Amino acid sequence: MLRRLTRWAVAAPVALALVSGLSACGSDEPGTSASASPAASSASSSALTVFAAASLTETFTELGKTFEAANPGVKVTFNFGSSATLAQQITQGAPADVFAAASPATMKTVTDASMAAAPTTFVRNKLEIAVPPDNPAKVDELKDLTDSKVKVALCAEQVPCGAAAIKALDAAGLKVTPVTLEQDVKATLTKVELGEVDAALVYKTDVLSAGGKVTGIDFPEADKAINDYPIAPLTKAPAPDLAKKFVDLVLSQQGKDVLVKAGFEAA
Amino acid sequence: MVLAVVGMAFLVLPLAGLLVRAPWSTMPERLAEPQVLEALRLSLVTATIATAVCLVLGVPLAWLLARVSFPGRRLVRALVTIPLVLPPVVGGVALLLVLGRRGLVGQWLESAFGISLPFTTAGVVVAEAFVAMPFLVISVEGALRAADLRYEEAAATLGASRWVVFRRVTMPLIAPGIVAGAVLCWARALGEFGATITFAGNFPGRTQTMPLAVYLALETEPDAAIVLSLLLLLVSVAILAGLRDRWVTSA
Amino acid sequence: MSESERDPGRGLPQLRAHLVVERPRFRLDIELAADAGQVIALLGPNGAGKTTALRALAGLTPLSGGHITLDGGALHTLPVERRPIGVVFQDYLLFPHLSALDNVAFGPRCQGASKHDARRTAGAWLERVGLAEHAADRPRQLSGGQAQRVALARALAVEPRLLLLDEPLAALDAHTRLEIRSRLRRHLGDFDGATILVTHDPLDAMVLADHLVVIENGAVVQQGPPAEVARRPRTDYVARLVGLNLYRGVADEQQVTVGDVIFSVTERIHGPVFIAFPPSAVALFRTRPDGTPRNLWQARIEGIERHGDNVRVHLEGPITAAADITPAAVADLDLTAGQQVWAAVKATETHAYPA
Repeated sequence: MLRRLTRWAVAAPVALALVSGLSACGSDEPGTSASASPAASSASSSALTVFAAASLTETFTELGKTFEAANPGVKVTFNFGSSATLAQQITQGAPADVFAAASPATMKTVTDASMAAAPTTFVRNKLEIAVPPDNPAKVDELKDLTDSKVKVALCAEQVPCGAAAIKALDAAGLKVTPVTLEQDVKATLTKVELGEVDAALVYKTDVLSAGGKVTGIDFPEADKAINDYPIAPLTKAPAPDLAKKFVDLVLSQQGKDVLVKAGFEAA
Repeated sequence: MVLAVVGMAFLVLPLAGLLVRAPWSTMPERLAEPQVLEALRLSLVTATIATAVCLVLGVPLAWLLARVSFPGRRLVRALVTIPLVLPPVVGGVALLLVLGRRGLVGQWLESAFGISLPFTTAGVVVAEAFVAMPFLVISVEGALRAADLRYEEAAATLGASRWVVFRRVTMPLIAPGIVAGAVLCWARALGEFGATITFAGNFPGRTQTMPLAVYLALETEPDAAIVLSLLLLLVSVAILAGLRDRWVTSA
Repeated sequence: MSESERDPGRGLPQLRAHLVVERPRFRLDIELAADAGQVIALLGPNGAGKTTALRALAGLTPLSGGHITLDGGALHTLPVERRPIGVVFQDYLLFPHLSALDNVAFGPRCQGASKHDARRTAGAWLERVGLAEHAADRPRQLSGGQAQRVALARALAVEPRLLLLDEPLAALDAHTRLEIRSRLRRHLGDFDGATILVTHDPLDAMVLADHLVVIENGAVVQQGPPAEVARRPRTDYVARLVGLNLYRGVADEQQVTVGDVIFSVTERIHGPVFIAFPPSAVALFRTRPDGTPRNLWQARIEGIERHGDNVRVHLEGPITAAADITPAAVADLDLTAGQQVWAAVKATETHAYPA
């Protein structure tokens, strides 16, 4: 009964946001559209619900299959989305078992609310300059982005990749005037894929997941803005045992292999 | 009766939720932030221009659909409603594919005129107009179909050309439909998010409208998002109520 | 073709039209002619094609064939807005968003007059139809009769050469109709172009028109001056309109045979004829009256109804007829439906003419 009530409490602000003109905010990342369902299926102990940053979509989906194979009868459900949104949903009482965030800051809002304890950094992600395959603006280092003729897309500073970009540019002492501050890293990447911008600062993993549609360029200043990905089982997890097992899988060598293959750096 | 009340509650309760959760104590300083007013101004300006664009292009289109029978009219009518069913983000991507720097038309626009729409305020208008135009077209087409054609015939017998008939008889006769359509269109443009952020991007002062500001504020500061939402709601309700008094009651 | 009753001395008719409009299961094919100043009434039952003819003249319905010339020039090749016509529609169709004055000024404006001049013209026309004080009224504030006069002023304000009136009195109540009819007659008298008036009301046609054209099923069945048409109907529809009993018969000297009934008539005439007489000329008897067997037949009463001050008795028998008799006579004869009676007509009240 109580759980039922908390579920309503989660649904209400979400519905509220939808009605108040934000209905169009669904991003085109795979998986985000399933965000409503995990809350509904987490009641039984044979179900595991993982809230994970959108940049983990491909790798965690793969690990989820591995986990299901190793634990017959267990169904893993993911809710991928912007880390900040996920953190909010968790603090509002969403019945999740595991939270994997794309930044320590977002994880902190969850630990501050005593909803998770002792997060572990499981991977790091590094920024790269993403350019279209033909690289029309001939970009090959971070300094090139300061040229006013080069159209640059960055993530908005409110999202982790935007914060990281600002950190990297500050570290390099450069000032870039982007044409757009995108709402998430995938949207930023899309602008490069479509050739609407000449360059963008995105994660290396995103460049890799885009296949050949964008080219990644490493730059030394990226080391100053490395993004830690923390993971933690949640204190109010409906399935605490499975939560711990899943975190262990992610931290295992097998988990690392999957993540590194996708472009992450081992923690 | 009960259903009416439930329907009413369904529409009003979210607003009540916003009001209850609003951080009233910090409200004044949040509203005073220059970025907020900038986003509001940009929203109002772009929604209004988008509505004007929709009127200029949409009314003739509605006239064509209602009055001229041509092969494929049903298909065109169905196509007009595409922006209604298309997820706005997809609409934004579609706009990029056509009007973007490497788009079918955009490429030519840039090489011939040096015009590039993405990431500009004009791009915001294009995205909003794209999403909002069906509301105007459908509303005006309905009004045109309901209007008595014989008034137009009467005008013709008095020597009025097609254009004069349209301007001096048809338009005034369907004015309530046009106003209703324009209001819907404006409201939709004002709340537009997906197509705008996809096609025009997000840059404060240039393409960051209120819904974009709200969405990004939600990432880090939910309280700020509520304030922005309330402000947008308040301004739009005030404007619509004003229009309603001016137009609907006098018509 | 018709001769002009008012001004027979003029040359070519001002309007000469051959209207052909083909539709699925309907074909209109009529010829019309009208002189300047002449009023032609198109009379006919519903669905006869009157309004179609009017719309064809106005250019609102395309011709399938034929032609229209006005003042010697082709009219049918011009689009509606270039035709020198004025139209009064059945329910007037005053623009609801414009004042009475601006409704009337609409035409002059379209003809290029300045706003000021158009309004002055319109004001003068409203004055002529006696509505100067209603200039600022919206159509919905006007009574039916006032709206009709504004519609007439609007049609005349463009100074048309051809005025087209579609049932101009049909929407009015009986009292207003009387007044508006006489006003309309006066305005039509002042108008120097040709007028075509569509109506299904014989009284409107008789009062307003110089020449009647009766249409049935898309074709002209009879035309002529109103008095002539009223006296010598040639179809059952016209006979009913003008209130006459009408039969087709064969004449031989002063005797006309209609089926089994033989009529004596005053005209010397031979061959196929029409014979007409008013219901008031029919007398009814319970028993066979003495005297000549002519003008006499046995009939069965189909129905009895009030008709003005008299009673109309519908008779079936060798011929179908209506008889108008006084209520006193009905009481004296004790007439009821289904009864057999004898009907007689005075020879002096019958009228025979070639078919």
